[in-house]
Amino acid sequence: MSIAVTTQIICFSVLSLVVIIGALGVILLENIVYSAFLLGGVFMSVAGLYLLLNASFVAAAQVLVYVGAVNVLIIFAIMLVNKKEDLKAIENIKSRRIISTSICLTLLSLLIRVDLSNTWGLAEPNASIGEESTIRIGEHLFSDYLLPFEVASVLLLMAMIGAIVLARRDVMNEDISTGLPVDQELIEKPNEPLLIKKN
Amino acid sequence: MNSGLDLEYSFNEILKGFGLSSELAHIIWLPLPMLLVLVSAVVGVLVTVWLERKISAAAQQRIGPEYAGALGVLQPIADGLKLLVKEDIIPAKADSILFTAGPILVLVPVILSWLIVPFGQNLLISNVGIGIFLWIALSSIQPIGLLMSGYASNNKYSLLGGLRAAAQSISYEIPLALSVLAIVLMTNSLSTIDIVNQQSGAGILSWNIWRQPVGFIIFWICALAECERLPFDLPEAEEELVAGYQTEYAGMKFALFYLGSYINLILSALLVSILYLGGWGFPIPVEIIAKVLNLPIDAPVIQVFTASIGIIMTVLKAYLLVFVAILLRWTTPRVRIDQLLDLGWKFLLPISLANLLVTAGLKLAFPQFFGG
Repeated sequence: MSIAVTTQIICFSVLSLVVIIGALGVILLENIVYSAFLLGGVFMSVAGLYLLLNASFVAAAQVLVYVGAVNVLIIFAIMLVNKKEDLKAIENIKSRRIISTSICLTLLSLLIRVDLSNTWGLAEPNASIGEESTIRIGEHLFSDYLLPFEVASVLLLMAMIGAIVLARRDVMNEDISTGLPVDQELIEKPNEPLLIKKN
Repeated sequence: MNSGLDLEYSFNEILKGFGLSSELAHIIWLPLPMLLVLVSAVVGVLVTVWLERKISAAAQQRIGPEYAGALGVLQPIADGLKLLVKEDIIPAKADSILFTAGPILVLVPVILSWLIVPFGQNLLISNVGIGIFLWIALSSIQPIGLLMSGYASNNKYSLLGGLRAAAQSISYEIPLALSVLAIVLMTNSLSTIDIVNQQSGAGILSWNIWRQPVGFIIFWICALAECERLPFDLPEAEEELVAGYQTEYAGMKFALFYLGSYINLILSALLVSILYLGGWGFPIPVEIIAKVLNLPIDAPVIQVFTASIGIIMTVLKAYLLVFVAILLRWTTPRVRIDQLLDLGWKFLLPISLANLLVTAGLKLAFPQFFGG
């Protein structure tokens, strides 16, 4: 066995272990901050798996989008609202856990069944396009995958508009109680009340 | 396509001469450039720290360090040794795992990004096809480390500093990537080697700064913001937040943050010089010099000359930019957090989008000047 193949096998097993253990940690750990950071680790290891498959562009995009944007935003949101509160005990937690475990196990067995019954079309060892893949992805995005690509961007736009509508506060220029004009240029001013228009 | 010096090839040939297999020779070769880059990055940090001390002293009409070595050149080493032997404190109520992992997550992506910094045609660790995109992806990992250390310190200033760092980094990543995209559009490639080669046609006249002046300014502002240098050092604004996410850190862990921020500054300066200032290119093309000297371009003398000129030019350009950054740090006031976010989202983002659009239009209209 050559050194390159051995390195690949070692990398693959380490990455897969990190993905599986990390993913288990994400759902099983009690501390939500740990879960969020572990999720970042899982994303990184998935990027590593892409690298092993010679898909360096996809790996970098995975890091940029999932680690750099999605995971940072998740952690950001958790830290902004991280209140310490005692959660109420949920009734019949045991039976709920049994039901959810069985559903997950069913899904897992379905996936395993698909994996085993499908004949995977493996590419020839020398057919990998490697660095060319960036160009190939671009060509696909602007030809046969143009519609899904555009629909995804419209979806993102809708989510953004929704977020703005939810987060937007109408600010009035005069104080409700006194009727005096108020400088609202910098909303975060500490000593002036934030006036929310009530309809 | 001139190949220039290929150290890896000749090194492997020498080892094969000793009767080693080519695979083994490759494995012996692999750590060498990495070590070299790591050492040069650390030496670069020492130089930058010394420059920072001296230039800040000059800006404030002081003398600065002068007892440690001639002109105080050994002062950064003394600083580093002091940090190395200081007690490593983890606060009692801090989260020790995340507290330790935070600085590592900040430093490692920065050092990994040196993978793509070329000092010459073959003088880089790896000419990966995704080149500059790798740097953009890696630099987006950093805010996680900052958030982690901010959270783990169990200190309100640290948490605020970490949150600010993440917000700043996310806001400035987008205009940064868009201005890089305009360059990539002109080069038709993501590889840093191709980006420099595309600027090497007519010496200083063909540098990207003349074709992308707006992109150059956007990139420089965003790079300063990503490095958390003044006027954008809000995450560690000492008057408001003590020291931001570094407040609780001491000893080697603090040194990692310190090292990370300076390596990041040098890396950003190097990337500005690669993307906009012609990388290793001499202001007068080497081909012309070779013609004047009446030597063929692939003569060994010219090859060695070109390689050393390349390294000198890259480092010189980078350190000129580092000088500008240090001067900016000691002469400009800090912006407010809302001004910072306004600048990023309301000004730089639209401008960089317009810049991208204009570049695409010019590329179609004048393919010979803007890379057809």
